[in-house]
Amino acid sequence: MTALALEAVVAGYGAGITVNGVDLVVHPGEIFCLLGGSGSGKTTLLRCIAGFLAPSSGRIVLDGRDVTRLAPHQRDVTTLFQSYALFPHMSVQDNIAFGLRRRRWKRADIACRLAEMLALVRLQGLGDRRISQLSGGQQQRVALARCLAPKPRLLLLDEPLSALDPELRAATRADLVATLRSQGTTALLVTHDRAEALAVADRIGLLQAGRLAQTGTPEALFERPSSRFVAGFLGDVVLLDATVRDSGILDLADGTAVEMASGQPAGSRVTLALRPERIRLEDGAGANRLAGEVTGLTYAGASIEVSVRLACGTTLTLVRPAELPRPSPGSSIWVGWDASAACVLTA
Amino acid sequence: MSFGRPWLAWLWLLGFVAAPLVMLGVVALSVPADGIPPFRPAVSMEGLEGLADPLFLDGLIGSLRISLTTSMLCLLIGYPMTLGIVRSKRPAFWLGLLLVPFWSGFLMRLTAWTLLLRELNVLHTELAMQIGMVSCYLPFLILPLQSRMAAADPLLAQAAADLGASPFRVFLHITLPHSLPGVVAGVVLVFVPVMGEYVIPELLGDPGAQTFGRMIWDAFFSERDWPLAASLSLALLVILVPPALLLRRR
Repeated sequence: MTALALEAVVAGYGAGITVNGVDLVVHPGEIFCLLGGSGSGKTTLLRCIAGFLAPSSGRIVLDGRDVTRLAPHQRDVTTLFQSYALFPHMSVQDNIAFGLRRRRWKRADIACRLAEMLALVRLQGLGDRRISQLSGGQQQRVALARCLAPKPRLLLLDEPLSALDPELRAATRADLVATLRSQGTTALLVTHDRAEALAVADRIGLLQAGRLAQTGTPEALFERPSSRFVAGFLGDVVLLDATVRDSGILDLADGTAVEMASGQPAGSRVTLALRPERIRLEDGAGANRLAGEVTGLTYAGASIEVSVRLACGTTLTLVRPAELPRPSPGSSIWVGWDASAACVLTA
Repeated sequence: MSFGRPWLAWLWLLGFVAAPLVMLGVVALSVPADGIPPFRPAVSMEGLEGLADPLFLDGLIGSLRISLTTSMLCLLIGYPMTLGIVRSKRPAFWLGLLLVPFWSGFLMRLTAWTLLLRELNVLHTELAMQIGMVSCYLPFLILPLQSRMAAADPLLAQAAADLGASPFRVFLHITLPHSLPGVVAGVVLVFVPVMGEYVIPELLGDPGAQTFGRMIWDAFFSERDWPLAASLSLALLVILVPPALLLRRR
């Protein structure tokens, strides 16, 4: 079953192509996150799915129906806009009921659904308010209720939390996910914020220059990135140049051998990627360990950041709980990791 | 108000609004006289009592009808035009075209209309006058409406379409309500000056048809009854206060 399928979608404005051949499947009930920096094509793709921009080629299939050439109002898709786009001349309830009236719901059904939606977003009793009388968080919930009320086949969310104060964001994010789950909504969320994507998504599609660099669960993208770009986009990463010796051993540039299955033929040049969060400080030499020197300590309250320069010249920063013994700056130490914590990149 | 010199604004209002109004009041309370100026200051109700003549009521009703017709015609023609201008790729170009006639003199334009309408055998009819009124006052409706429509957030129309509204429904529920203050401003800006319009009915209209503007003109220049003319002018001013207040209600 697929709720949404994109097939080789190419799109852009004028002569410029910002989405260059995207294939994508979103499953029913799934929260799928399109992650990418500015100019990666994520917003263009969103506009194509909503129907505000016609792709220059490719197909958009919604619940088995080809909607590529349909106008926005003919698609059963609603969008939670970044700035909410609430209708300022209508009350809260008229905003929420707008999609229901356009779908010619019966008056009694609208009243029933309206009450349900107001309860869902905890705005009971505020139905008669004007939009301008609501706080930012309340407006976000009205916009969400307005999108969910007509039970769309797909909900698009365009940076839904970016207009909120940072203090409000985490709580609203949890609230948003809980609401989407409770309604079983299929959602496609666009964001540039990797933490948001990792926390919210069932699966992430990372866009790079109009193409999907990698698609998978947050864990898959974080732990087993397919390229340096993906590894770097999802978090801090230590990249070490290496050459494959045989099936289980890599030679690092400084001559150290590490255990690592690469699946690449002997002699291939690859990159060993390590998450600093998974690197430990060690007392002595051993398997999968590298020598280094402590160049600095930064106290950060609950944790302490240890800057280390490896013998090969690479520098990295390790975050350790503050209560652990602290190495002194200038001292020689070893860093080590489990083979399962590293991965080999060929791109 | 945060103007640097508010007293300048007050001085302007005093010199160009308050003083003429006071003079008009003084003249209205005077009595007609032979001489220059043709009135003698007094405290007389003669001029104001002259307003009771049913002839003036006819003129008032005639002018109200013309104002209403003109503003509605302007709205009917101007609203779709404005929508087209705002949605076009080059709104500035079309607005410029709209204002081109204003670069030639008002009387010259009306003379051109006389020639044209005479050819069509409709000169000096109500139709001719309406054509003249609409052609002269249409920009007064389009300009405020355009500035209102251009300020609309295009995202709201997109959001409505996204929620399932057809283009007609988007217009009905989003575009139209948002444009209403512009409609009010435009209609008032046409309605008010047309009420007192003298030149267009005189040059294009039916010579027998009475309008308020004509009656004021006749009282001033034909009958030389300045107190009556001043009273008529004040009456027109009072009548036009409510529509002008509509402009402030935003």
